[in-house]
Amino acid sequence: MQIYICVKHVPDSAAHITILDKNRIEENVNFLLNPYDEHAITESIKIKDKYPGSEVIAVCLGKQDAEKTLRSAMAMGADRSILIASDALHDSIATARILKAAIEQDGNPGLIFTGKESIDSEGMQTQFRIGALFDFPVATNVVRLDIEADAVIVDTQMSGGIANTYEMTLPCVIGAGRGLNTPGYPTFPDVVKSKKKPVKKIALTDLLVETAHSSTNIIALEPLTQTRTPEEITGNAKEIALKIVNILKEEAKVI
Amino acid sequence: MMKNVGVIIELDNGRVKESNWGMITLARQKNTKLFAFVINAAPGKLKPALELFGITNIVDICFAKDWENNPAKNPAVWAKVLINVIKEYHIDAVFGLSTAMGKDLMPRMAALIEAPLIMDCFSVDLENNLAKTSQYSGKTIATIKLTGDVLLFGVRPNCVEPVEAQVSSEILKFEGTHIHSKGLKVIKAGDTDKSSKINLAEADVIVAGGRGMKNAENFTLLFLCAQKLKAALGASRVAVDSGWVPYSMQVGQTGEKVSPIVYIACGISGSVQHFAGMKTSGMVIAVNMDENAAIMSTCDYYAVADALKIIPELTKLL
Ligand SMILES: Cc1cc2nc3c(=O)[nH]c(=O)nc-3n(C[C@H](O)[C@H](O)[C@H](O)COP(=O)(O)OP(=O)(O)OC[C@H]3O[C@@H](n4cnc5c(N)ncnc54)[C@H](O)[C@@H]3O)c2cc1C
Repeated sequence: MQIYICVKHVPDSAAHITILDKNRIEENVNFLLNPYDEHAITESIKIKDKYPGSEVIAVCLGKQDAEKTLRSAMAMGADRSILIASDALHDSIATARILKAAIEQDGNPGLIFTGKESIDSEGMQTQFRIGALFDFPVATNVVRLDIEADAVIVDTQMSGGIANTYEMTLPCVIGAGRGLNTPGYPTFPDVVKSKKKPVKKIALTDLLVETAHSSTNIIALEPLTQTRTPEEITGNAKEIALKIVNILKEEAKVI
Repeated sequence: MMKNVGVIIELDNGRVKESNWGMITLARQKNTKLFAFVINAAPGKLKPALELFGITNIVDICFAKDWENNPAKNPAVWAKVLINVIKEYHIDAVFGLSTAMGKDLMPRMAALIEAPLIMDCFSVDLENNLAKTSQYSGKTIATIKLTGDVLLFGVRPNCVEPVEAQVSSEILKFEGTHIHSKGLKVIKAGDTDKSSKINLAEADVIVAGGRGMKNAENFTLLFLCAQKLKAALGASRVAVDSGWVPYSMQVGQTGEKVSPIVYIACGISGSVQHFAGMKTSGMVIAVNMDENAAIMSTCDYYAVADALKIIPELTKLL
């Protein structure tokens, strides 16, 4: 089985974000593999261990520098990867079309993984769009996955610790959630090995993807400014507690 | 031109969840006609409340209970049916809540018709087709232009103050619910309706604990306090990773994004990633031993104190 993992090259969550030209960010910060995608890779490797002969392929639409993220994916165990190099910002509608075209051109997906969302644009939808384009079933925020001959059983995380259980036919699309597994850090030999694994580079124009009639475009980006002016609550434990109660009553009006 | 705007109503025990009212208020803009999509409920009972908030058309969507594969709970079937509802009533824009249910439903709808969708938005301008949402771990606010025949908006719960606007409404029965889902079957749907726990994403008050709580037992202190406050319990990633509380309680970039009226952070340092999930809270109160912790300079009230001492005192007073 061929398992494709769609990975995204995103700014480090701790990075300081500077805005350029009103709607772009200064890209001179550390970029890395989207954290949810790590769970997708870890799960793919588990499936490969169960079904020897499977191939795990990481796919990324991103700038040239995204090769670094693909190397991380391969250090975590992906066999090879595909980079669709593009400096432009693509919305999830275009991204899904492009990823679909790249996967289709490359092989026969038995399973497609994504993270449940990317930590930069936080869109939560690319997995569903890929699924719809392939006409594959989709589950998102998957925290448990059991694979059988021609079906998968998944638990998806709902609110309040409740899970839904879905059965999906194969091939299908899985949006990995954080509870799915615990990604391990690659060892030094893994990193060395990943440097020798192949990265296929495709030009976006070679995929002949038609432009969708719908889109989402970021027209402005502003820093979220902090407007709070902290005020100290002083006293002993009892006095502090009493002051908090008063704030909750008089100001916040929640009790 | 008049726009037909649909709102997907989320229910709790057959009642309209509180967080819907703010969403409806956001959807009710100049030149809009509001359609409430009510799924598997008695619309007559909900009518007075929906009318109070400006709904003029209630679309009653009921799934047969005996239909195969439990479609009454199948998000893939819901999505297909809702798309048919959109077509039937010439809906131009759809609003839903960016809750666990919304995150499993709205992107399915958007994908089916390749419509633009912004999840977790807190502001929408239907005249110019713009939505605002946070990006880059809550460090920026993006204004996004949507282009398409039908626009979808997943609204962050609690982000808009509900405002009433009394009208009268009619109930429209939608019949086309006998739809199959190819590929996805529901084996078990956790009954969110019956859970007595207060939902983190929709709570008015959240009491959250971090590394400073030191162990799982101390979280009981927080739980007792939360119970008295009718608050939901939240946690930092450290508390989750230490195994003190389940992941479903994690607030932050890789957890739940919340905007309660009050967020009380106990023994939480206020990392960038934690902030990404609770930045939009109304009021932030921090209890931390370290006056230099990041949270102390980014909150509304802070106490330099031992949370393990303050919380029991607080519980006693409630
Ligand atoms: C990709 C990525 C994603 C992440 N996602 C999240 C996320 O979603 N949510 C999240 O929370 N974190 C997330 N993190 C982790 C984050 O970076 C921090 O490590 C974490 O938030 C710290 O948790 P904390 O505040 O509980 O612990 P610490 O930073 O260790 O802070 C503990 C605080 O408790 C105080 N304290 C100690 N004892 C007491 C006491 N008795 N009374 C009062 N105060 C006391 C200390 O002074 C300190 O300020 C993420 C990290 C990465 C890299």
